[in-house]
Amino acid sequence: MESNQYDVIVIGAGPAGLTAGIYSSRAKMKTLIIDTGTIGGQMILTFEIANYPGVESTTGYQLAKTMKNQAKNFGCDILSNVRLTDVEFDSKIKSVTINDKDKYAAKVIIWATGGRSRMLNVPGEKKFKGRGISYCATCDGDFFQDKEIVVIGGGNSALEEAVALTKYASKVTIIHEFDHFQAFEHAVSEARKNPKINFIMESHVVEFTGGDSLEKVKIKNLETGDISEKKIDGAFIFVGYEANNDFLKDKDIKLNDWNEVLVNNNYQTSVEGVFAAGDALAKRYRQITTAVADGTIAALNAIEYINRK
Amino acid sequence: MLQTNLKHVESEGQYNETLQNNENVMICCGRMGPMCVPVYDAMEDLEKEYTNIKFYDMDFDIPDAHVIRNLPECRGFMGLPFTVYYKNGKVVTATTSIQNYEQIKEILEREY
Repeated sequence: MESNQYDVIVIGAGPAGLTAGIYSSRAKMKTLIIDTGTIGGQMILTFEIANYPGVESTTGYQLAKTMKNQAKNFGCDILSNVRLTDVEFDSKIKSVTINDKDKYAAKVIIWATGGRSRMLNVPGEKKFKGRGISYCATCDGDFFQDKEIVVIGGGNSALEEAVALTKYASKVTIIHEFDHFQAFEHAVSEARKNPKINFIMESHVVEFTGGDSLEKVKIKNLETGDISEKKIDGAFIFVGYEANNDFLKDKDIKLNDWNEVLVNNNYQTSVEGVFAAGDALAKRYRQITTAVADGTIAALNAIEYINRK
Repeated sequence: MLQTNLKHVESEGQYNETLQNNENVMICCGRMGPMCVPVYDAMEDLEKEYTNIKFYDMDFDIPDAHVIRNLPECRGFMGLPFTVYYKNGKVVTATTSIQNYEQIKEILEREY
């Protein structure tokens, strides 16, 4: 077999992709894992992981490192921080081109590109990222000691991180677009009983303004349409996730309305020989454990598919 | 000390020496946190490609990290890591918070 020819190419090196790589290479399939970013995907964005069975407590970085080593030890080739420039899904032998020049071929592709934190996409958001706007309370919370901040979002992350940020901030205001929260009840009640937390409901943030760093946020009341300005020192944004499937927009792989990949019971996409796993999929629960399960099932089905051919 | 494969700047003396003895230097000052790890990872890969640049990390929480924390170019920074690019001992660019491989590469291409 030539060096650029593989049985399986996994695109994405988060928990789903690394697991698919572990299973595939352990089954003696020549396997390549490709990622456009850091090995570990969203897993490395998690400081503490306490609910991964069999491991009492670890960090996302450590877990990613262990999974990467497992995949490598079974013989997987891994390429990270590359630019994905072309993928040919439809032919019998699929191919992947990276950095405009290096082409790899495989009998099967497992698409496991994961997801990313959604941005608000409002004026000022990019400008003040790291200058008052943050997406990680554990990383940047201590810059806001005795300061006034807003947390934007209404899911579990938003409410849990708002409570965590009260360790540092003098006042935390949660801004949410609906009149109720999507978070679990216990997260909502923890936030409601915290004296440092206030709520602005049925409102959108429409702009961030300031000089060297963030100074104000403009808030639109969705009921009245009124826009008000609030002086703040920081803003933490937790408005959910979106799948990293931009690359699939003009391809034959079927997506739902949210750009998430649709698969059958075997985790095969609408294109034969292309499987998918993890947060790139249309699914309800997005956990490391569910990504690992997806990666396992996709890889086992991919192996069976190759062996049948 | 940070658990990366990069060389570490561990004191103000070493910081000054590094800038004095090298034309092109990039230092990422952070923790082993979610926004920092991807930057170290990208630097480890870029280190192989850009042999004319010296790549270092520095622990944000050691007292001597004030050499980065208090740089005028880092004023207003409230997101880890603080990443600073130097040419002949002078700061040419500084960024705050996570940057991906492509964003870092673009700065290296532009500045060096």
